[in-house]
Amino acid sequence: MKSVIAENLVKTYRKGEVKALDGLSLDVEEGTVLGVLGPNGAGKTTTVRILATLLQPDSGHATVAGIDVIKHPDKVREQIGLSGQYAAVDETLTGWDNLVMFGRLYHLGRQSSIDRANELLERFDLTEAARRPIKTYSGGMRRRLDLAASLIVKPKILFLDEPTTGLDPRGRQDMWGVIQELVKGGVTLLLTTQYLEEADQLADEIAVIDRGTVIARGTSDSLKKQVGGERLEITVEPADLDKVNEIVAKISGHATHVDLRTVSAPVLHGSKDLMEALRAMDEAKIHPLDIGLKRPSLDDVFLSLTGHVAEETVVEPLGKKKRGGKK
Amino acid sequence: MKNAIHDALVITKRQLLQLARVPELLVFSTIQPVMFVLLFRFVFGGSIDSGQPGGYVQLLMPGIFVQTVAFTLAATAVGLAEDMKKGLIDRFRSLPISRGAVIIGRTFGDALLNILVLAVMALAGYAVGWRPTSGIVQTTLAFVFLFMFGYALSWIGILAGLSVKEARTVQSVGFLVTFPLTFLSNAFAPTTGMPRALQYFAEWNPVSTMVAACRQLFGLKNEFGATANSWPSQHPLETSLLYIVLLMAIFIPLSIRKYKNYSN
Repeated sequence: MKSVIAENLVKTYRKGEVKALDGLSLDVEEGTVLGVLGPNGAGKTTTVRILATLLQPDSGHATVAGIDVIKHPDKVREQIGLSGQYAAVDETLTGWDNLVMFGRLYHLGRQSSIDRANELLERFDLTEAARRPIKTYSGGMRRRLDLAASLIVKPKILFLDEPTTGLDPRGRQDMWGVIQELVKGGVTLLLTTQYLEEADQLADEIAVIDRGTVIARGTSDSLKKQVGGERLEITVEPADLDKVNEIVAKISGHATHVDLRTVSAPVLHGSKDLMEALRAMDEAKIHPLDIGLKRPSLDDVFLSLTGHVAEETVVEPLGKKKRGGKK
Repeated sequence: MKNAIHDALVITKRQLLQLARVPELLVFSTIQPVMFVLLFRFVFGGSIDSGQPGGYVQLLMPGIFVQTVAFTLAATAVGLAEDMKKGLIDRFRSLPISRGAVIIGRTFGDALLNILVLAVMALAGYAVGWRPTSGIVQTTLAFVFLFMFGYALSWIGILAGLSVKEARTVQSVGFLVTFPLTFLSNAFAPTTGMPRALQYFAEWNPVSTMVAACRQLFGLKNEFGATANSWPSQHPLETSLLYIVLLMAIFIPLSIRKYKNYSN
């Protein structure tokens, strides 16, 4: 059963000047994780906001847990949890205050709200910080608290919009652990990210979006296959570059890609081709600085699908400034 | 309906908790009005001949009450704009709570804060010689009026807060509106000295009618106004009540509509 379905969503801003979504369709099978991967401005946040009933599409259709998000937003809200790019909690209040407040807003009783807050603080390793104002929290702690706030009524469907943007590597690892735990508990998750590695780690299936539409979808492996198999990559002193380029070209039979000191090209037979390259280089008395087979990364996937590297395309509206570099 | 009130009260409680967690907020929101009381009382009070028994402070206090209540409009707007910017409003809107509860709750919270600020100012006023002479009922009624005026204005603050992207913008806009409104009035000086056109403006200005109404309810003659003999200056109580009703009738529906559609 599909927990989330979006069909042909279109959303424009500034009277049609900026097309945030251009016929986007996707779906998420119950109990699985869909990673929505794309650069800033691709339409990730707009998609999540429509599915979470915060925004109405210009056209198109979407259901969450079988409920139409446009016709019955109130019913959808009872089924979902949402955690955005920014920790959307009251920073002057303590973590405990926030969770109890959200519990009350979900219409839990006073005692149930308190119990649930304590339980979530414990689970997300925030018990010690529970009585401190959020503004004293680290970025990772804020995100965990924000996530906790979206789990108060144990939603079956969870939307996480760039849950690790802006976190340091340690915070990101922690957050991944937390999300993996949740997924084990059977929640259906739609996660957006601009980190290719993150989608690879967390998602069962990945939808790559660019300029408001899904340009590819599949498992991480199947997407990687689309870019072709492995690449042979050899790094040498610049003086040896031409000779090595010759060797690689001969083995690969495809066009090579030459960097300052690195030559790479797709190969068909993996380790066999690697051995052959080593033998040829030995004969030519060239010592590689580095040599290896590289499986394509999702960065390569993006490049081959869109013809451009993952970069910001349009400014995402909504008055929210994005973190991260400009074009 | 019961849920709506419950949800709004949770939001109100959040604001009170903020004050408990950051007591400085409370201190600063009461210091400014107290400062105004002292400044006007001791800096200008000596040179303004009010011809009023009990001195200028009797005329001054109603003016400062109204001014302070009007200034809280900006605080409402700034608070809401910040919540929006931080994504907190998005979070609230993704919850299964009643429409409007978030903004209604905020107006309740700001109203409670207004009560406190008015109380602190009344004490400060009393300390520097302000003495209402009309008796407890009329005096209380004046405060009820001030409270209602503040509540009506807070809805302008809500609409402003929902309409801008930056909290700092709304702060400046709030100041740009409330500052002339409070000074182009009878709050601190008689309108007689103003050019004729401004006199009319000043006498129709809700701040003036509120100030005149409060003066009347505190037991003063209608001073500092009524120079152009306009209807509002003759009937400050009625006009003020009308303004309060009008403000709410216009800004409550507009704000609620804006809140529902704000990101579309």
